[in-house]
Amino acid sequence: MSVPLTLLGLLERQPSHGYDLKRDYDSFFGRGRPLPYGQVYSTLSRLARDGKVVISDVEPGAGPDRKRYVITDRGATEVDQWLTQPVEPEPHLQTVLFAKVVLALMLDRPAGEYLDAQRRSHLQRMRELTELKRGGGLVDALLADHGLYHLEADLRWIETTAARLDALKRTVRP
Amino acid sequence: MTVLIEARDVRFSFGNTPALRGATLAVEAGEILAVMGPSGSGKSTLLHCLAGILVPDSGEIRFGGTRLDTMNETTRSTLRRSRFGFVFQFGQLVPELTAAENVALPLLLGGERRAPALRRAHGWFERLGLAGKPDRRSGELSGGEAQRVALARALVTRPEVLFADEPTGALDSLTGEQVMDLLVAVAREQGTTVVLVTHEPRVAAYADREVIVRDGRVNAPDRIGS
Repeated sequence: MSVPLTLLGLLERQPSHGYDLKRDYDSFFGRGRPLPYGQVYSTLSRLARDGKVVISDVEPGAGPDRKRYVITDRGATEVDQWLTQPVEPEPHLQTVLFAKVVLALMLDRPAGEYLDAQRRSHLQRMRELTELKRGGGLVDALLADHGLYHLEADLRWIETTAARLDALKRTVRP
Repeated sequence: MTVLIEARDVRFSFGNTPALRGATLAVEAGEILAVMGPSGSGKSTLLHCLAGILVPDSGEIRFGGTRLDTMNETTRSTLRRSRFGFVFQFGQLVPELTAAENVALPLLLGGERRAPALRRAHGWFERLGLAGKPDRRSGELSGGEAQRVALARALVTRPEVLFADEPTGALDSLTGEQVMDLLVAVAREQGTTVVLVTHEPRVAAYADREVIVRDGRVNAPDRIGS
């Protein structure tokens, strides 16, 4: 999650105070990991320094919350580019799961037992996410779905690998 | 927790092809248990043995402490009808009957009179998200709607155990979720024990725990609370 780009995106909706940005960030994107105020204001300062936002007005009184931030054309262009570019797909073959299985086989350790333990751990996390979905709103459900589909992909890989352990062992431990 | 269903060293073969090679399993009362495993691993055969549909070649099946595998077919049939509910992947609704009549069917077979049975059946349709559709026939329902009706039919008698074999296997993800949400909510309310056979992790994630069937044996190292 890119905090600067997400805050910029929120600012593109409407000019906002830091407090409003933090509130919206926490409710839509934070999901249990609220953004510290310090990070909000340091990020906004950097965005202002780089010409991506400007301060439109400062209300009387003290404190950073009195400033109202407005996105600039440069900031809006950056948000637009970010939102249209796909994220680099992860190099799945280099995951820690793969490394553990191959190393376990190389070292003649029980790779099948590791995969069983990993499956239980993945399914436990999927249960937690499913519970979250059942008790939450649509935003929770969409975020949980993202996690669930990724865990499911790992599990498919775990099943396929478990079925091929003997062949893999012959390959990595000739 | 109390063990409600237990399989001990169950073996079953289709002709010369072994499907279960010593499956051992305990299902706690009130739990939702996912039985997972690759195709051909024996998970559906295990469900059929636990439910008294198939009789094992050897080993024991106990329900509430009573041997199921030594009961005669008539006794097992009565048990299945009165204390178990079933939901499968495909084609379960009787096409000539309306949706409400399908739901009422187990009540009618259990001796309940038609009018009260249908009233009880109609009472399910709002919960199913199918208000206004109890008089439709199965051909007039979508796959997800038909599966929710099948689920209501399985649960209308408030069975002690629901056996579900790939209940979302023919549905897309979102429709499958609606079926699973309903299944879990009703089972929790009624205290129904659920044995859920699935190869889909997303469906298994609705269960309290999972066991894996592989080559006709159950891999269940951790019981609840352990």
